[in-house]
Amino acid sequence: MLQFLLRRLTVAVLVAITVMTLAFVLTRLSGDLAISIAGPNATQADIEVVRKAYGLDRPLVTQFFDWVGRALTGDFGNSYFFKAPVSSLIAERMPVTLTLGLTGLVIALVVSLPLGIVAAVRENTALDRVVQLVALLGQAMPSFWLGLLLMITFGLQLGWLPISGTGSWQNYVMPGIVLAFSAIPALTRLTRAGMIQSMGSDYIRTARAKGLSRASILLKHALRNAAIPVVAIAAVQLGFMLGGSIVIEQVFALHGVGFLAWESIGKNDFPVVQAVVLVLAVIYVALTTLADLMNAVLDPRLRGP
Amino acid sequence: MSALLEVDRLEVSFGGRTAAVRGASLAVERGETHCLVGESGCGKSVTALAVMNLLARGARRRAERLAFEGQDLLGLSDSGMAQLRGNRMAMIFQEPMTSLNPAYTVGSQMTEVLRRHRRASQRVATDRAADLLARVGITAPGLRLGQFPHQLSGGLRQRVMIAMALMCEPRLLIADEPTTALDVTVQAQILRLLAQLQRDLGLGMLLITHDLGIVARVAHRVSVMYAGEVVESAATAELFARPRHPYTQGLLRCVPVPGRIRRDEPLGSIRGTVPRVMPGFEGCAFRERCDFADATCSGTIPRHAAGPTHEFLCRLPA
Amino acid sequence: MNVATVTAGPRRGWRSLATWFGAAIVGIASICAVFAPWLVPYDPFAQDLGKRLLVPFWMEGHVPGHFLGTDQLGRDYLSRLIWGCRISMLIGITVTIVSGLIGITLGVLGGFVGGRVDDAVLFAITTRLSIPVVLVALAVVALLGSSMTLLVLILGLLLWDRFAVVARSTTMQVRHLDFVAAAWCAGCSRFRILVREVLPNIASHLVVVATLEVALAILLEAALSFLGLGVPPPLPSWGLMIAEAKDYMFFSPWVIVIPGVALFVLVLGINLLGDGLRDMFGTRSDP
Repeated sequence: MLQFLLRRLTVAVLVAITVMTLAFVLTRLSGDLAISIAGPNATQADIEVVRKAYGLDRPLVTQFFDWVGRALTGDFGNSYFFKAPVSSLIAERMPVTLTLGLTGLVIALVVSLPLGIVAAVRENTALDRVVQLVALLGQAMPSFWLGLLLMITFGLQLGWLPISGTGSWQNYVMPGIVLAFSAIPALTRLTRAGMIQSMGSDYIRTARAKGLSRASILLKHALRNAAIPVVAIAAVQLGFMLGGSIVIEQVFALHGVGFLAWESIGKNDFPVVQAVVLVLAVIYVALTTLADLMNAVLDPRLRGP
Repeated sequence: MSALLEVDRLEVSFGGRTAAVRGASLAVERGETHCLVGESGCGKSVTALAVMNLLARGARRRAERLAFEGQDLLGLSDSGMAQLRGNRMAMIFQEPMTSLNPAYTVGSQMTEVLRRHRRASQRVATDRAADLLARVGITAPGLRLGQFPHQLSGGLRQRVMIAMALMCEPRLLIADEPTTALDVTVQAQILRLLAQLQRDLGLGMLLITHDLGIVARVAHRVSVMYAGEVVESAATAELFARPRHPYTQGLLRCVPVPGRIRRDEPLGSIRGTVPRVMPGFEGCAFRERCDFADATCSGTIPRHAAGPTHEFLCRLPA
Repeated sequence: MNVATVTAGPRRGWRSLATWFGAAIVGIASICAVFAPWLVPYDPFAQDLGKRLLVPFWMEGHVPGHFLGTDQLGRDYLSRLIWGCRISMLIGITVTIVSGLIGITLGVLGGFVGGRVDDAVLFAITTRLSIPVVLVALAVVALLGSSMTLLVLILGLLLWDRFAVVARSTTMQVRHLDFVAAAWCAGCSRFRILVREVLPNIASHLVVVATLEVALAILLEAALSFLGLGVPPPLPSWGLMIAEAKDYMFFSPWVIVIPGVALFVLVLGINLLGDGLRDMFGTRSDP
């Protein structure tokens, strides 16, 4: 177990460094950062001041190592626009994004698991086809468009839900549904496939031979084994949701990390953009590690003899 | 008093295409081991599954009579059948490696049977499980109860399966090739165990196998199955001494007996291969391979009695 | 996972129907894409401020001549829709080509050579998966300005992961099959084995992945254009059309609905076709 964690940690660090390098290169792509920061009306003198102030006159390599060094301690520098430490900006906004992501995941699971089970139990019947169709429709749906449609219907025409801001839990319903839509197809298919395989296995035949109740066979024996890959994928899907939240946060005006990134991109606020990319990457790696850990917890065979 | 298990002319088909069982009749008495023997694909496992109503979804079963302790099983709903399964009739399977749920401990899989059928408490069920594990020859039962199936060897798992089947003191135990997937030495141990349990508990046992050696060792009665039909049934000694059906005779010839077979004598075999039988097949399925076959073998085959408990299905006289 | 085997014809029942539907959609979209300049009733870029926000044919007050009405600048909606189809298909296919080249090369390399090379490929895939795609794409476009070429490049550089994963695992499977060992023994060079034995056997899996990637690329481009950092205006990307319609969505909801439906139907069609291909090739157990 310890070995596994150490190995994962190494991977995480390597990924983080690679992403940091990429992010660094990314922000230096357009050429002279000082010009971008100083703005269109700056004079040459202004630009030089900016250059010195942000340490942009040093060699690139120095800038890079300086940034990496500080990033490893959690210091992502200061935002050019907000004039505040980037780490605190991200920390402020993270709860919104996390809430959004978790809401989306919960909704996705609440929908996918029963759908997948029902489709598996009624394999090859009309109901199964309907579930598979629903999964297909979810896959084709553009998330931002769905968000707008929900806004128009439930926010404006019916007035049931608020269309922007983060005041109460109702604010997270529509965005959560939209995010869930992106994960439901994959989770439903996986649950269905896992249940079909599980139900066809020898230990289910044994369970039936023991005279156990239908519910017990389905939920206690079959689902337990089918759920193992689903749980792992759910964690990964959460990672994708967090990464993809930028669109939803923009549509619903939720002030989370994605929204922050969006604003910063618009203002060429590079420290923020770099930091957000890095943070999201690290979270993704952490989630996949968590997924693997959960696999080990749920499947006794992985724990060793 | 009726037999423990009565099966009269059982038929099983899958999706209308294959007639897996075309007429199986047998009876298992209390305290008796009845072996159902035949080669792979003859329908013996399907027969057992049909008795327990554990067939796959597309299967159709039909019989003149299918009764357990006098109670009709054919008309019983699935939930009614579930009351009996694991309770008064139990079954163990061929593949111990995959027959236990990898996600739960041995103990929890055993106790759930008793808790389900007898509403026993966890404590009572655990005690009984430990008892039974000891009974089937597993040492340190307390330790085993907390282990997961993957931590046990094949032989141990099969013992667990047997113990699990006995949790509710069933009257009938159906064992579908319980030793086929095990090492030879372990096979002998398991067979000995089963025979002992049967004696001690007065179980009726239906043992499915393809191995005549096993039949000779443990069976009181034998039914020989071929291409979905029971072609001969008799008490074990009688069957080995006076086999009447050409297939049985062929089978017995195939088994080399040390001391009786000479060095340069070729090993016995039955020419031809098992036919694939479609629904609506008439006559004897063995006729292509039989040395005594003639034109009448394509018609209805009479059932002869060759003794008070010896029956066979052939046009040849008794 | 099964290596590609061709099953005995497409499966019966609803699957075939769905696949044909998908194929029909893709067919129509391809025709629109290729023949757009001849199909459009009006110039999609021509503004006519006197004819703003005319309603489509199913609503009251419809003005004949503009089948789907006009947008807020008086441009004919149907023409913009058809042109948008051209853009979506173009982006979808070119991005898939770029990402396919990158992903397949990496995947096959890792799967075939194994060892350290494979470790490096796996690491690349893990890193790529950790990167928030939309965010990075937005950042790059914001930095370097939006253009079709840049968009195709950046999306191609970001979407190769599924190609790599599938190419790698199928290559690894095929590598261990007997006919590869036979070719090896016969003295074939590695390259020859790669081209003659491995690639034909992984091809069907990759075709399925390709169709799904086209759909993904189209959706992603739409999202980027929606946020204003995708296809440069005035090119009528459907995502952009939705964004432009956002300001009017409360009064004229159909302006938002039409391009969204088009996008949805196209992606659905591509997915159905991909699923159908997957069934036909017998590669059902692919991720």
